[in-house]
Amino acid sequence: MAEKTPALETRKLGISFGGLKAVNDFNIKIYPGELVGLIGPNGAGKTTVFNLLTGVYAPTEGTVILDGQPLNGKKTYQFVAAGVARTFQNIRLFRNMTVIENVKAAFTKDVDYNLFHASFRTKKFWETEKKLTDKAMELLDICGLADKADVLASSLPYGRQRKLEIARALATDMKLLLLDEPAAGMNPTETAELLECINTIRKRFGVAILLIEHDMSLVMNICQRIQVIDYGQTIASGLPEEIAANPRVIAAYLGE
Amino acid sequence: MKKLGRTGQGYLLNTIIIVLLFTAAQLVTAAFGGEGSFKLVLVPSIWQCCYLMILAASLNLVLGFLGQLSLGHCGFMAVGAYTAALLSLACERAELFKDKEGVVFILVLFACVLAAGILSALIGLLVGIPALRLKGDYLAIITLGFGMIIINIINNLPFCGQDGLAQGSAAASLYKNGLGFGTKSKVEFLWAALLVTIVSVTLMFMFVRSKYGRAIRAIRDDEIAAAASGINTSYYKVLTFVYSAFFAGVAGALYSCANATLSTSSFAFTNGGILNSTFIVVMVVLGGMGSITGSVTAAVIMFFINYQIKNGSWVDSLPAAVQAVFQYPMLVYAIVLIVVIMFRPRGIFGSYEFSLINLKRELKAALERRAAAKAERKEARSNG
Ligand SMILES: Nc1ncnc2c1ncn2[C@@H]1O[C@H](COP(=O)(O)OP(=O)(O)O)[C@@H](O)[C@H]1O
Ligand SMILES: [Mg+2]
Repeated sequence: MAEKTPALETRKLGISFGGLKAVNDFNIKIYPGELVGLIGPNGAGKTTVFNLLTGVYAPTEGTVILDGQPLNGKKTYQFVAAGVARTFQNIRLFRNMTVIENVKAAFTKDVDYNLFHASFRTKKFWETEKKLTDKAMELLDICGLADKADVLASSLPYGRQRKLEIARALATDMKLLLLDEPAAGMNPTETAELLECINTIRKRFGVAILLIEHDMSLVMNICQRIQVIDYGQTIASGLPEEIAANPRVIAAYLGE
Repeated sequence: MKKLGRTGQGYLLNTIIIVLLFTAAQLVTAAFGGEGSFKLVLVPSIWQCCYLMILAASLNLVLGFLGQLSLGHCGFMAVGAYTAALLSLACERAELFKDKEGVVFILVLFACVLAAGILSALIGLLVGIPALRLKGDYLAIITLGFGMIIINIINNLPFCGQDGLAQGSAAASLYKNGLGFGTKSKVEFLWAALLVTIVSVTLMFMFVRSKYGRAIRAIRDDEIAAAASGINTSYYKVLTFVYSAFFAGVAGALYSCANATLSTSSFAFTNGGILNSTFIVVMVVLGGMGSITGSVTAAVIMFFINYQIKNGSWVDSLPAAVQAVFQYPMLVYAIVLIVVIMFRPRGIFGSYEFSLINLKRELKAALERRAAAKAERKEARSNG
């Protein structure tokens, strides 16, 4: 059997800010359906990796390959079109839009009516909009937000704002989902709900997930593989139990 | 027959109301067309309101919905005004029509309006592609510069500067020729102004209530998140800028109809009257950033204020100090703006859109909220 194409592959990915090598020689392969954890102390470069994987930063070295497609020099929306979606460590919602509009906005790239249809409210316009609403409600339902569809995004409580970010990411119809500390600042109940939501997503969409998380026990529990970075360098990668026993990881987390 | 949903009912209701109002305007014009104050005051006022409404709504697309500060909106209006004026004069010289009569003239009129929009949109594209790479203050400066530059360009064009158009000034020749309407023609073609305004505002409304509106509001709220949601931010920014410029051009065409004189100084940034780019910004902020109906309302309010402080007979009975303030209309607009912002920081309408079909429901909800608040206060008092 031929090997499957990885949903994500990076080769020698790196970026420097001035003299600082924030990420260096970062290599990872994630296959469809996998849940991989990316951990490391504060300032290790995890969020920077996500910014490289979504084209927010252009790498100074190396390549990002999404679903077999190299993405050098592409813009963020082209990365998204190639199949990557993300959430942000510091929540970034469309605050003055309703919950359902947040999700619908993320459908934009797949909406195929044009200005003519919108201006004259053609049948195609109505049918498309109806479909979008139904699809958005479905995603909100998965993330437990269906009851809040018409409230402003900014008025949601913190935990639910994070879930809305996930719902919005799902709307881009991605193959790889990047979650940046999704459980940060959540209480245990909210975290449990979040895990359930992540599991549903994996089962339902068969996507690959790369998860940044601070809570070690959470990562150890749900991730199939873990990659650890410190000062922009990969210091370990492997199965959760290997990572837990790795002296370099322990040293990095406890401080030398 | 298929049952209409709530949205369908809303559209039907709006269409009926608009058609009724339009017909009423026609009938009233037919009945009172010759009367002094109707002809001399009301009709010209409506013309002015028409292009102000289009201007405010079109700037709101960029300012309120896309969230980019553009200070050169009058520049696009100037492009539209001169395009329409020149094109109509050319048509007249080519003897396509005579004395503003006949079907051909009506066709020319609408062709001029359309051409004004298209040329303005093209220039919007040229300006927008480089300008929209900049953000905030930088964009404001670039667009402000554009507004000033375009005035100078028009001034120096051989065919529309001071000696252009016909022999003599552009202004003088416009009055009798082409689209320059006198009072009688303004009454006669009031329907055209209303029609252009209704169509323009409706098209802008449809724009913001579609994937385009969602995309640009997303960009306004968070550009990085919008890009990360797959929105091609540069494309939608430029598109909105161009769309907005198109309607500013259309407003310019109406302006060139409504005014006896056409002179670039009326579009200049330093113009103290009702037509300058800051004044339009004031209208948008006053009405509510992100509300088309708000902009339309604010345009009428600002027109009214502007008209009253310049022509109102009550002004004479005010103390001299206040009258002195009225000598500087911009000062009055600033005061109005400050007062409104104090009580409604997001403008009169905020991002709310007025809608007839929802009016009853919203009124009821508002009354209930009010009653609840009252009851709460009462309870607090009796407890405390
Ligand atoms: N745009 C930037 N300019 C300069 N330095 C940056 C930039 N983005 C990130 N960094 C630096 O890169 C390092 C890694 O940051 P980050 O990826 O946010 O860490 P974390 O692992 O906590 O998510 C930090 O030292 C940070 O200061
Ligand atoms: Mg981080």
